[in-house]
Amino acid sequence: MVVNKVKIDIQDLNVWFGSKHVIKDINMGIKPNAVTAVMGPSGCGKTTLIRAINRLNELIRGSKTTGEIYIDKKKVYSKDTDIFELRRRVGMVFQKPNPFPISIYENIAFGPKLHNMADGEELEAIVEKSLKGGALWDEVKDRLNDNAFSLSGGQQQRLCIARALAVEPDIILMDEPCSALDPASTAKIEMLIRELAENYTVIIVTHNLQQAARVSDLTAFMYVGKLVEYGSTKRVFEKPESELAEEYITGKFG
Amino acid sequence: MIKQSRRKETWRKIKGAIVLILCLTGIVLTLVSLAALLFDAFQQGLPWLDLQFLTSFASRRPEQAGILVALFGSIWVVGLTALVSFPLGVGAALYLEEYAPQNRFTSFIQLNIANLAGVPSIVYGILGLALFVEALALGRSILAGALTLSLLILPVIIIVSQEAIRSVPATDRQGAYALGATRWQVTREVVLPQALPGMLTGTILALSRAIGEAAPMIAIAALVYVPFTPTGPLDRFTVMPIQIFNWVNQPQSEFRGLAAAGILVLLAVLLSMNSFAVFIRNRYQMRGR
Repeated sequence: MVVNKVKIDIQDLNVWFGSKHVIKDINMGIKPNAVTAVMGPSGCGKTTLIRAINRLNELIRGSKTTGEIYIDKKKVYSKDTDIFELRRRVGMVFQKPNPFPISIYENIAFGPKLHNMADGEELEAIVEKSLKGGALWDEVKDRLNDNAFSLSGGQQQRLCIARALAVEPDIILMDEPCSALDPASTAKIEMLIRELAENYTVIIVTHNLQQAARVSDLTAFMYVGKLVEYGSTKRVFEKPESELAEEYITGKFG
Repeated sequence: MIKQSRRKETWRKIKGAIVLILCLTGIVLTLVSLAALLFDAFQQGLPWLDLQFLTSFASRRPEQAGILVALFGSIWVVGLTALVSFPLGVGAALYLEEYAPQNRFTSFIQLNIANLAGVPSIVYGILGLALFVEALALGRSILAGALTLSLLILPVIIIVSQEAIRSVPATDRQGAYALGATRWQVTREVVLPQALPGMLTGTILALSRAIGEAAPMIAIAALVYVPFTPTGPLDRFTVMPIQIFNWVNQPQSEFRGLAAAGILVLLAVLLSMNSFAVFIRNRYQMRGR
């Protein structure tokens, strides 16, 4: 076992889209309050893996999942699972910033309103706290009623992070959150990810080897649906056990 | 070789010119016929178009005849049609796009909606006569007319609304689902607000088609003289296209002028409805995107 304290325990996970077998027998324990990076070439199933955790794969017609995922020892794929509560606890940030076409304030208030978490001043407090958590408050505090699309791409992505924080999750999934951003915005978000790890369990899918090395505590390497290598980031980058991971890290394919 | 390629070059240019001429012919023909129609209507109708025309009932004497009853009838019918068809059409579109399972039954429904959009309007008139006027005993009332027109434009509203729903980015839906929204919350908070302008625009355009329909209305309301403006949905009524049709059929030539004036009023109503649709579209189209 790579991790001794486990927040998310993935056991014998298999995912199919129609007849396509996308995730193959993955067993993996995710450490709490740390950043776990999932790397691998395009189409290896990284995104599908993290979407299995908040059951977002189910939105795709013809998807099938077997195996089990435990969060704090509780089953994710059980009939008793409240899927909406699960998704509140497991926040997600997407590849392309996807704020709603409404004001900055309303974007953050969206989640708390869905779950009837707060209103009035309490809601305002949540919005402020979330925007601070997303390292965006100072830039937008005077223009909360502006449309979210008036923000730059990097700001929009931090808004999406803040939006996820607003429903008080304890896990945050990030699907290549910087792939659509410029280097300066990327640096800001990477700093933010490190800060988030103090309070949240973060899983980040990334294409970018340097990024994985910079932000993550643990690194998983996937290849055609299988988990090929998993361990502390330092160890995986310096002494990869599998040939595939070594070839990927040294840039022989990718 | 060079000669051959030059010949090809010339032929390419000729082909381009032919297409251009064809397209220009199309647009010129359209504009000329529209201009001719307008010119004719204005020339004949303008002398008759005055306040007296707008505020008088139909009459056998041309100088006393007016369009008031038909104008009110049209507004009543189209207003009721909007109330009936918009919620039904949007509801059907939401069901088909957001809720319906993807199976044969759904695609069967989809195919039939597309087919219904192409059924001639007189068929709806006959259906309305049998169903609403006779079977449901609504009589030749505004309500029967509005329900008939609702059936007529429902397929169009459903198709337009479906397209508006499909234009909402999938990433927005996923973002809401990932926050723990239920399907209804995603529909209400994300899909509807973004699709509504498109739905409204499509509905208004469909309504402006309905207001100009003569055939189904003649089946429902019949060619009769209505001596009062309607006060409720169960009143008898007539609409502008029927009144115009009626005047055109009169032997005296003065009635031609009245018909033309009626056409001008109908066109004015149509134009204001369409401008309203354009206004809504421009106002709300993809705010900030």
